[in-house]
Amino acid sequence: MSLLDLFKKKGSSDVAKDRLKLLLVSDRANCSPEVMEMIKNDIIKVISKYMVIDAEGLDIQITSTESENKNGSVPALFANIPIKDMRNSD
Amino acid sequence: MSEVIVVTSGKGGVGKTTTTANIGTGLAKLGKKVVMIDTDTGLRNLDVVLGLENRIVYNLVDVVEGNCRLKQAMITDKRCPQLYLLPTAQTRDKSAITPEQMIKVIDEIKNDPEGFDYIILDCPAGIEQGFQNAIAGADRALVVTTPEVSAIRDADRIVGLLDAHGLKDHEDLIVNRIRMDMVNRGEMMSIADVNDILQLNVIGAIPDDENIVVATNKGQPLVGDESMAGQAYMNVCRRITGEEVEFLDLNGKGGFFKKLSSLFKSDKR
Repeated sequence: MSLLDLFKKKGSSDVAKDRLKLLLVSDRANCSPEVMEMIKNDIIKVISKYMVIDAEGLDIQITSTESENKNGSVPALFANIPIKDMRNSD
Repeated sequence: MSEVIVVTSGKGGVGKTTTTANIGTGLAKLGKKVVMIDTDTGLRNLDVVLGLENRIVYNLVDVVEGNCRLKQAMITDKRCPQLYLLPTAQTRDKSAITPEQMIKVIDEIKNDPEGFDYIILDCPAGIEQGFQNAIAGADRALVVTTPEVSAIRDADRIVGLLDAHGLKDHEDLIVNRIRMDMVNRGEMMSIADVNDILQLNVIGAIPDDENIVVATNKGQPLVGDESMAGQAYMNVCRRITGEEVEFLDLNGKGGFFKKLSSLFKSDKR
């Protein structure tokens, strides 16, 4: 480790804090992996009506985002849906 | 009227029983009349931490099942005449008691003509029946956590369950086993960090103090003595009674000699 790294490196307490913040958001949202899977499948179904998407590459997760009403961070459903084609195949 | 306080954490091993013993003893030292109830049926330990293990004849399950009167199961602490322990059974499991029976026992203590100020419940780890029994009759909760990811996560879950039980805004946080040397190095979450994550009122910050181990070895809670943890626990007790008490500087900015000796300690390494 170089001297520069020493200054740049976050202490493990910051890592713990960041991990916890994300973890608690999904814990509090009370979303089991089964529910997430169901949401994912439903999203695929709906979007597929309008465009061709890469169902394999679809990624959804619950994270937090800054609320517009200044009450700190709020849970948010984040979905990354790669589009293969804008037109539906049929 | 007595105030019923449950000491809970979700995760095991963060110091619920030690905290219960010290807060119960501390409140009694402040002149309050206190009953501590061990609700960890099958894995009781409050009696050993208090050094009262040889005094148990009857227990909470005996009371619930009608084998004895409530007062027969309540052990008095000879060192502290204002302090009582109601132990639970060691050879039974959590299903031996229901939340309704727990409330009945608490009501009986509340209505006792002697007038108890505080009933402190030592809650088992977990969120199953033992936890449900412990929180059933509580007016207020002390959530114990340590500055670790697993303990904080579990504390957050517990707070959610306490909220749902109607204890929202009656929850306070005790951050236990703080090591200021690690916090200062950025390798342990600070009280501010924990508070930021859990958004709970911090009523106590207890340093990781080897005197706690010594006190448990002897079966004598250290609350109120000159050790850092002893002072920190006494401060929690005073805050519980409504007094405003400043937080200790856990860096131990003791006298010149203390600083000097810590200098030598770090030099040895």
